[in-house]
Amino acid sequence: MKRAYQGAILDFISILSIFVLACFVGYYVVWSVTPALHTPLMAVTNAISSVIIVGALVAAASSGSWEATWLGLLGVVLASVNIFGGFAVTARMLAMYKKKER
Amino acid sequence: MILGAPPLDPPAPLAVVEHVAALPPWVLLAYLASGVLFILALRGLSSPATSQRGNRFGMIGMGIAVITTLLTQAPIPPGKLLPDPSPADLKVLVQILIAIGLGAAIGIVTARRIAMTAMPQLVAAFHSLVGLAAVLVGWAAYLNPEAFGIIAANGTIDPVSRVEMGLGIAIGAITFSGSVIAFLKLNGSMSGAPIMLPGRHVINLGTLTAILGLTAWFTQDEALWVIATLTALAFLIGFLLIIPIGGADMPVVVSMLNSYSGWAAAAMGFTLHNTAMIITGALVGSSGAILSYIMCRAMNRSFISVIAGGFGAVSGGSDDGAARIDRPWKRGSAEDAAFLLGEAEQVIIVPGYGMAVAQAQHVLREMGDQLKAKGVRVKYAIHPVAGRMPGHMNVLLAEANVPYDEVFELEDINGEFAQTDVAFIIGANDVVNPAAKTDKTSPIYGMPVFDVEKAKTVMFIKRSMGGVGYAGVDNEVFYMDQTMMLLADAKKMCEEIVKALGH
Repeated sequence: MKRAYQGAILDFISILSIFVLACFVGYYVVWSVTPALHTPLMAVTNAISSVIIVGALVAAASSGSWEATWLGLLGVVLASVNIFGGFAVTARMLAMYKKKER
Repeated sequence: MILGAPPLDPPAPLAVVEHVAALPPWVLLAYLASGVLFILALRGLSSPATSQRGNRFGMIGMGIAVITTLLTQAPIPPGKLLPDPSPADLKVLVQILIAIGLGAAIGIVTARRIAMTAMPQLVAAFHSLVGLAAVLVGWAAYLNPEAFGIIAANGTIDPVSRVEMGLGIAIGAITFSGSVIAFLKLNGSMSGAPIMLPGRHVINLGTLTAILGLTAWFTQDEALWVIATLTALAFLIGFLLIIPIGGADMPVVVSMLNSYSGWAAAAMGFTLHNTAMIITGALVGSSGAILSYIMCRAMNRSFISVIAGGFGAVSGGSDDGAARIDRPWKRGSAEDAAFLLGEAEQVIIVPGYGMAVAQAQHVLREMGDQLKAKGVRVKYAIHPVAGRMPGHMNVLLAEANVPYDEVFELEDINGEFAQTDVAFIIGANDVVNPAAKTDKTSPIYGMPVFDVEKAKTVMFIKRSMGGVGYAGVDNEVFYMDQTMMLLADAKKMCEEIVKALGH
């Protein structure tokens, strides 16, 4: 039985279109980030770039090559450190930003 | 058929297409939703008020991506929405959950314990993990292309996927080794001074060309040695690229590696045809690129010159050093400083990396509170490149409970120095050096700097007169009539001022 994989329904051009448009979205969204939050921005982008865990999960759940499975599992550990650590440290930083009392 | 004509390409394997078409549509929508939530996470950072909600959007997006992926790893029967897992599938699931749990435990403990001053190192370390994960995923895809659905009709890996895989591994490896070096430099485990290899530009360009060449070769030949050599060279170039870059250029490096980690995720997203990964990769990639640009602009240096490295390595300080000792300057005591600060109407505090090193942010805020109690207006002025990463000073001040509406960016506050009684410089140097405006021969010429010399009094906390800033240039401000040099450790000096203000 073949394993399921994500969205081969999308052809290369569709994917490229999504990518290019997302670059523009990223450009405008990031310019609107206030400079005071640039460190949290780096921490949170770090956390979300660990969405690479999707690839690691596919590999970890795959059968047929034990090397690929183990590389996948290791990838899952590394990406999880980043996801949990990244979001947690971002939350910790953001909680410190306070307005003037009174 | 014409003699000698190549055989037509066989049609794509129908079995695969049918199977994928059987994936319920919610799967693709879920990845799209997760991509949109990531956009909202960054959007939330446009103001501290909305940032925490943004961060939660990010967490939800990640949760959706992970759960969706897990649910689609067991075959989904036609017409059903959810998989029908076998015991073997469940065993795999348990393994994966253990892996996630292990990573989560390490991540959360690290995030809780890390000191705010160590944030640049932590971010560099996290970047290295993304990079390494990208390499591992790329290799897994190479070893088990079937699981990733990248087998072409002829049974080999699809050539387009090979390019994506090669690039993903290369960028991931560069991110990993580059971030490790950045981490070691930021952490002080390795000297922050640039390490210059002879002929490094030739070596670097040669290695980069070889990596691109191997990626091209890989489309023709999927042999193990190609991908292995490519990986090894990419690890090497990441290392070579970062060692010649000095400590204070680290904001640019960290931003650049942030960008790379995004592009690596995007490359893997292309391989997996996954919208969440592609959107995220594009977001993170542009975020890092923009931050690098902002940092370079704030130093008036080109990205190329930063990456080429070696800045501040030339210690042209010996001649200046002699001149510096001969020139008159005034030394003040904590009591003098406290008196002038207490009498002031407005004080602008300019923090720099030295404040982070001395961990002086808390006592600095105490000093600010005391001054405010005396009716002094206190403002903080932050240069974009102050510290070792973008926004480093803002986080430290926030940690010390300085309200963010007292903290100002360069262009918003620079006009106010002329109406300011005291400019209080703590641990900064190059960002207040007027040579950037007047001396065309200075290495920092053209860099936007604070006009502290316009303030009635300038107080400069510095450990000694001997040291110069990162750029290695002397600072005219030291010798001005209205300047009071407060020579001491930043934290100790602030403590003494606080004590003196209390009297």
